[in-house]
Amino acid sequence: MTVHFKQDEPDNSNRLDGMKQGVLGKPLPRIEGLAKVTGTAPYAAEYPVENCAEGVLVTSTITRGEVVAIDRTTVLSMPGVIAVVDDEKLCTRAAQGTANEAPMQGPTQVCYWGQPIALVVAETFEQARDAAKHLNVEYREEEGAPLDPGVVEPEEQEDETVHQGDLVYAMAEAAHSVDVTYTTKGHASAAMEPHAAIAEWDGDMLTVHASLQMLNYNISELADALDMEEDNIRLISRFVGGGFGSKLGISEEVVAAALAAKQVGRPVRVVQSRQQVFQTVMRRSETTQRLRLAADDNAKLTGFGHQALVSNLPGETFAEPVLQSSHFMYGGQNRELMLNVARIHRMTAGSVRAPGEAVGMPALEGAMDVLAEKAGIDPVDLRLRNIPENDPEEDLPFSSHKLAECLKQGAEAFGWDKGPRKPRQRREGEWWIGTGMASAARVHNISEAKSRVTLKADGTALVETDMTDIGTGTYTILAQIAGEMLGLDPKQVLVELGDTRHPRGPGSGGSWGAASIGSAVYVACKAIREELAAKIGTSEEELELSAAKTATGESLTDLLEGKDLIREGHYEPGDIEDDYTASGFGAFFAEVRVNHYTGETRVDRMLGAFGFGRVLNAKTARSQCIGGITWSIGVALTEALEFDPQDGHLVNCDLAEYHVPVHRDVPDLEVVLVEERDGAASPIQAKGIGELGMCGGAAAIANAIYNACGARLYDYPMTPDRVIAAMPD
Amino acid sequence: MVDSITVNGTTHPMPDDPRVSLLDFLRQHIGLTGTKKGCDHGQCGACTVMVNGTRINSCLTLAAMHDGDSVTTIEGLGTPDEPSALQRAFLEHDGFQCGYCTPGQICSATAMLEELAADWPSDASENLEGRVAISGEEIRERMSGNLCRCGAYANIVAAIEEVAAGDRL
Repeated sequence: MTVHFKQDEPDNSNRLDGMKQGVLGKPLPRIEGLAKVTGTAPYAAEYPVENCAEGVLVTSTITRGEVVAIDRTTVLSMPGVIAVVDDEKLCTRAAQGTANEAPMQGPTQVCYWGQPIALVVAETFEQARDAAKHLNVEYREEEGAPLDPGVVEPEEQEDETVHQGDLVYAMAEAAHSVDVTYTTKGHASAAMEPHAAIAEWDGDMLTVHASLQMLNYNISELADALDMEEDNIRLISRFVGGGFGSKLGISEEVVAAALAAKQVGRPVRVVQSRQQVFQTVMRRSETTQRLRLAADDNAKLTGFGHQALVSNLPGETFAEPVLQSSHFMYGGQNRELMLNVARIHRMTAGSVRAPGEAVGMPALEGAMDVLAEKAGIDPVDLRLRNIPENDPEEDLPFSSHKLAECLKQGAEAFGWDKGPRKPRQRREGEWWIGTGMASAARVHNISEAKSRVTLKADGTALVETDMTDIGTGTYTILAQIAGEMLGLDPKQVLVELGDTRHPRGPGSGGSWGAASIGSAVYVACKAIREELAAKIGTSEEELELSAAKTATGESLTDLLEGKDLIREGHYEPGDIEDDYTASGFGAFFAEVRVNHYTGETRVDRMLGAFGFGRVLNAKTARSQCIGGITWSIGVALTEALEFDPQDGHLVNCDLAEYHVPVHRDVPDLEVVLVEERDGAASPIQAKGIGELGMCGGAAAIANAIYNACGARLYDYPMTPDRVIAAMPD
Repeated sequence: MVDSITVNGTTHPMPDDPRVSLLDFLRQHIGLTGTKKGCDHGQCGACTVMVNGTRINSCLTLAAMHDGDSVTTIEGLGTPDEPSALQRAFLEHDGFQCGYCTPGQICSATAMLEELAADWPSDASENLEGRVAISGEEIRERMSGNLCRCGAYANIVAAIEEVAAGDRL
């Protein structure tokens, strides 16, 4: 039986706080953790499949043009080679998040350097890899593909445009104003598990083990790509070795494995090489951002301008949503916001952890630091003075707003030195030492979600959904929600995820997973509680369950009388989505050392304070936060995709040349969880925390660099060469 | 020349194809998929195993080069029923999220603690000779070959510090 709940009103009943099991929010270790630490958790490429052939993708060595001929005979004579697949259904790009339809197909048309054009299948990986390298491809190249976002006429994203009041006038009249241009380089998700798929056909039925974030969308993308019915496809992603946006949509290896398995009549595994993952999946676009801030005598914003230029391939709808939180972050009645996209022939741009705010907030929060200095006030104080009452553009109320608390609690915990600030106050040997701060914001998203909950006759529970756990903690928080609602130890709750045979969840992305699927489980459990309450002649509201018993001592097993109780929860956000502006908020504080002679920056300590609704598990939530802060360090100091100006290919397409933070780059990190209940965010009063930790943190480091050594930089990442060039004598 | 590799105490015949890396031998030939392939180029550390007690990136070495060697993988360190001290500490400190780099981190940390105990110096050490004091900075330096994109570093270091402190008691 399905129970549908569409949420039109905030739910401030705090029902979960009234439950008696007392496990929700607790810092429990992950329930799937033992499998992960012992190497027994199977990821996509690791399922033992009989008679599995190995496929290796071949990618283009031109930027734009046509594949005229592929010399398959040469490689087919190589040892172990079974087939060369160049089916017109092969995908040449990854699907964007929530695309719900096939990405670009047709491998004969080349649109970027490194685009997949064929798959070589052999008995072993070594044979397939060798043959793929020897595949001769003849191209007809179309010269002159634009590669530089600065040289093409950009397209305006009109739904992002805001003209409100007169910003030019506000800037001219302002007591304090800032007009600065920031740049950010492209980023890669660089999830540790490369994209992989094993496809197996049984007649017309296709089963694919893949590494994907959103099976509910991925199944329709794959069905569309193969021209099949979804009912004939089963996707399995029980463990996903990181996603960060790169596995939101299906990628080329999924379709290639399915087509190859059909063609050769046996299962085929395709694992992308690390270099291929870098080039064929998604990049975060580079950005150029102009920030204009106008403030009055009291450092209250009167004008706010944020314009950004990003890029993508022709035919892609995604544009890095740089302005996402700028629309509501700070006040200022005179507003100009505009997002432009340059169509260029670099690899596909798409979602990388916290699309938009990951680069928009570091620019905005850098500019705010400049404004605080000009106004001669404390940068924390500047933020506090400019928190808007309502959304300054939509005039909507905020669902909840914890920025002020995060700023204050964060400053307190960090030991922030209040007052106007001057750079170069502290030096130890070669090192300048300073501190900086920034605000955090990440829009709250929520999505339709379904989950089946079975309260078994033996007094255990089963939660089933095709939702994924990409390291986010889904397995554990769902066991906690069901355990809390049904009065069970989470160890008595089995959670089965990542299989399209289960009810459709929302997928992991946009930080919406926990609130959405958690609400579906909540709805199902509530329906089960109603049944149980009826059995003992009370109401669901009055029913108290803990330790698998009611308050009056009846055990769940007795109440169930040998029968399982099954409910499918179907949660759907209704008017709450339109009636409120909803966002997670936070504040970052960083202390850095900058070497006077080399320009090297080291982060000595960093703290984040975050308000994101109900905390479902204090341990996994904190881990999400420290993960985000770690990414902030990468954005601030090291991460940058570099493209060849001649052919647009990604030059640093591996983990040696694309510099993600390593152990020694990351100090001990402190996290302050600012608890709140946001009833307008979801029935479980939770928002997301997967991305907030990197939405602005880079600016705290940039501002600390300035405070330490007096080098004011406007270009991320702030590598030693850039710092030394900006370093005053 | 014994024409075999011993993995976690079990002897396996060498692969026929000389191109097979030790990593692919473990994952594809003998089904020990706990060792992960993250980059295949020695850049991420996900494939870390111990060969004759020393940690090594198994993607950077061919199986054919390990005739007669004894390899320990994550499966050889502990099981879900009997996890090692480090495996338990990683679980307790949430020293992972997606779990993909985790076997490599734990194998690396296991061998790294031995290196510390033997007073091998590192870039973070005060001196090149004498006792090496265990510190967060020592652990971070020595673990920097193991990338974690989820960003669990702070928790990983806490887990290792706990076990290291226990070892020195």
